[in-house]
Amino acid sequence: MSSGSPVLSIGALEVGVRRRRGSQAIVRGVSLSVAAGEKVGIVGESGSGKSLTMLAVLGLLPPGLDILAGRVEFAGEDLTKAAPVRLRQIRGAGVAMVYQDPMRSLNPLLRVGYQIVEALRAHGYDARDARRRTTEVLGMVGLADVERVSGSFPHELSGGMLQRAMIAMALAASPKLLIADEPTTALDVTIQQQILELVASLQAQTGMAVVWVSHDLGVVAQLVDRVAVMYAGRIVELATTRRIFQRPSHPYTAALLGSLPRPGTQHRGTLQQIGGRPPDPASAEQGCPFRPRCKYATERCAAEPVLSVRGAEQQAACWLEPGSWST
Amino acid sequence: MLVAIARRLLSTLITLFGVAVVIFVILRLLPGNAITASLGVSAGLLSHAQITQLDHFYGIGESPVSQFTSWLGATLTGNLGVSLSSQKPVAGMIAQALPVTLELGIMALAIGVLLGVFFGVAGALRPGHIGDLAGQALALVGLAVPSFVLGTALVTFMSSTFHYFPSSESYAGLFANTWLNLQQIFFPACVLGVGIAAAIMRTTRAAVLEINTQNFVRTARGKGVSERAVVWRHLLLNALVPIVTMSGIQLGYLLGGTVIIEEIFVLPGLGRMLVTAINNRDFPVVQSVTMLFAAGFVVINMLTDVFSAVIDPRSKDR
Repeated sequence: MSSGSPVLSIGALEVGVRRRRGSQAIVRGVSLSVAAGEKVGIVGESGSGKSLTMLAVLGLLPPGLDILAGRVEFAGEDLTKAAPVRLRQIRGAGVAMVYQDPMRSLNPLLRVGYQIVEALRAHGYDARDARRRTTEVLGMVGLADVERVSGSFPHELSGGMLQRAMIAMALAASPKLLIADEPTTALDVTIQQQILELVASLQAQTGMAVVWVSHDLGVVAQLVDRVAVMYAGRIVELATTRRIFQRPSHPYTAALLGSLPRPGTQHRGTLQQIGGRPPDPASAEQGCPFRPRCKYATERCAAEPVLSVRGAEQQAACWLEPGSWST
Repeated sequence: MLVAIARRLLSTLITLFGVAVVIFVILRLLPGNAITASLGVSAGLLSHAQITQLDHFYGIGESPVSQFTSWLGATLTGNLGVSLSSQKPVAGMIAQALPVTLELGIMALAIGVLLGVFFGVAGALRPGHIGDLAGQALALVGLAVPSFVLGTALVTFMSSTFHYFPSSESYAGLFANTWLNLQQIFFPACVLGVGIAAAIMRTTRAAVLEINTQNFVRTARGKGVSERAVVWRHLLLNALVPIVTMSGIQLGYLLGGTVIIEEIFVLPGLGRMLVTAINNRDFPVVQSVTMLFAAGFVVINMLTDVFSAVIDPRSKDR
């Protein structure tokens, strides 16, 4: 973990459906802390709870889902207990978010520039400063024709341009933390690489912390210092990017790595796939959630392992002794 | 977009022509003709020569096609003919009755839209909340109770319990006696407005509920915009097209609704004029008023379409 006080600190977070009898958790006891200026990746299959965890940070969970327990601290302030007005001040100016589908993430009836101005006006900019800053950030994200983009409606721009505009919008009020929720999933692969490089360079310029959520370990690895691997609503491994690639400590992480195509190496045969399906979040099954799909499962796995230290800068939730299994 | 509007205008004109044909044919199918209509029972006393003369005067013997074209031509040049029962020019009668109906319609629509949008948005923001359920139940009642039942009930209640019934005084013009006029128009407008409010509330509620789940609303909240701005600029703005379309449809039904309500509240509007004219077989009046209602309906529909096209930038590229 890098030095400095954490800009974001999530503690034992549970997200799920609140019911009168027995709430159903989907995110189960996630703890994660992000230092100022740090770049952290959250990786997992769809349904692993990675996006929900990040949406919960800003209180943007879809209707029907709630934070059941735990805390989300931004610069030491618990956002789960913050007043709506305070939460609004932090949204955009403290923590900003870039979303998965840029085509659907902008209001179709308002011009792109106006939507960035709107974000700035919400944080105390006057009309002239907001317009000036909008032009500035649109330039920062590498959009060539700022005037045209600013005056366009979302449907008039390509997905890549829209995602750049979304990133500009997120940067506008100079947040301390940028949460990128699978920002490249809906884009072409070439654009994906450009967006990734853009965020990396903006991070270097501004020094903001970045949490990059993705289902693609390969994409995340290019950007981040640390990776949290999520499975069935839990963090199953948390380590530096190097450790994750050199010596994964959880069979699920190892299986994810095995399913990555690696440039430069020759593939013989097919990529590995992980058999079976991720568990239904509603199932009340006990024990390690990965057990049904794990090649190394033993009787011990009937009890759920907790995240424990596996050496310097590495934690994993697995009963197996490090080194007792091979990838 | 201009091409689209021009195309819409053309189809509106074709529809209006169709309406004119239907009105013409239906009125010719009714028993009786212009002579029996203007003279009533005394038409039987006419001599053969007189009948021939009157037939010639009214153009009864002419072919239906030439009757139709001469009527249409006259209507288009603003000559709506002369009422058979009162012998007054129809255009003048309409000019007198139209403001009454317009005032009633506009007030009813305003009441309906204000109530409907307010309760629709309020319900959609807290779905399943007790207020939302109450609103939905009321909307169901508002849709189910016909305006003539509500109208007569209101009249009976007001006059018997409060001895208050502004409509018993003769109708006051908006500018002649504004206070009395507003009292006279307000209650029938409420009766009509309730039904409109119910329909608009349901449309608004459904639209806002749907839009609230869309990603761009999450983006707006996520960038720290106030909840009021989220409701106005993101939810309502996007719900505007369905709301306006529904308002247009309701305004169309409103024209029919005024016929009954004006009768109950004794307002000298177009609706009452139409009912009287039908009873008297006053063809020129019936034709013109029906045509006016139909034209109003079609034009309102066209305007809502144009409005939707203007508000949604995506429609320019279609």
